[in-house]
Amino acid sequence: MSLTAAAAKGTIDARLIMPFVNSTRNVLQTMLGLVTTIDRPRIKAVPAPEYDYSAIIGFSGKIVGVVVVSFRRETAIKMVTAFAGEVVEPDTSDFSDAIGELANMIAGAAKKDLGAVASISVPTVILGKGHIVTRPSDIPCMVIPCSTEAGEFAVEISIKQA
Amino acid sequence: MNILLVDDSKVMRNIQKKALAALGDVTFAEAGDGVEALAVIAQNPAGFSLVLVDWNMPNMNGLELITKIRATDKKTLLIMVTTEAEKDRVLEALRAGANNYMIKPFTPDALVEKVRGTLAKLRAA
Repeated sequence: MSLTAAAAKGTIDARLIMPFVNSTRNVLQTMLGLVTTIDRPRIKAVPAPEYDYSAIIGFSGKIVGVVVVSFRRETAIKMVTAFAGEVVEPDTSDFSDAIGELANMIAGAAKKDLGAVASISVPTVILGKGHIVTRPSDIPCMVIPCSTEAGEFAVEISIKQA
Repeated sequence: MNILLVDDSKVMRNIQKKALAALGDVTFAEAGDGVEALAVIAQNPAGFSLVLVDWNMPNMNGLELITKIRATDKKTLLIMVTTEAEKDRVLEALRAGANNYMIKPFTPDALVEKVRGTLAKLRAA
């Protein structure tokens, strides 16, 4: 199923999704040297993020909602090491900082391609399994599963045009 | 060259430090937001040759910081380094007094080239 077809099955606009696919690939290639494979997107029904660590970025302005970049712990450790160019102790503020910055770049690059005047928040990072992210109830959440040599992560998009 | 790195991400500041070490004889100071950056500048009367400024930071963002620096200092080289990639944002930063603009993500080589190019352009002016 293509991204467009998958989005059409839900109520989320595919034009809001593709910028995140492109920005995710670009950020990981440029900053980490990783090729990202995008798997079949789907509408998410449960509030818990896909994986252990989440970076949350809010959108406001002509685009509103939240984007969560959710990492499997092992993936996050490998990506942060590649990003920082050195081993960063997991579950520290520097580790959160690195995850947040990656998410910030993904959201920031996507924002440009969304083509609407919007602002993004400074990222909030949650480390630990089983956490719940409260999303806007009137905006469906589309999950874009991603895989790389460093492991799996997901970009969860709950945004709409204001 | 004395360089001030202003970014709320310590990891990003470290990435910039590693990249800009390629410029040769450089020393670095760091700040996590605009407020901290102004304090660092006030504590260094000799000033900085170059300040790299992130846009989205807590307490005081990069645009406000550049505006405040330029209110009293027309000389220091200021480069905005940010995820804010829209043309209007670039123009806003340049109008506020940034000498150049670097969009994240970037490779280390691209950052070094941006700084070298900006320095060369200013020297030629």
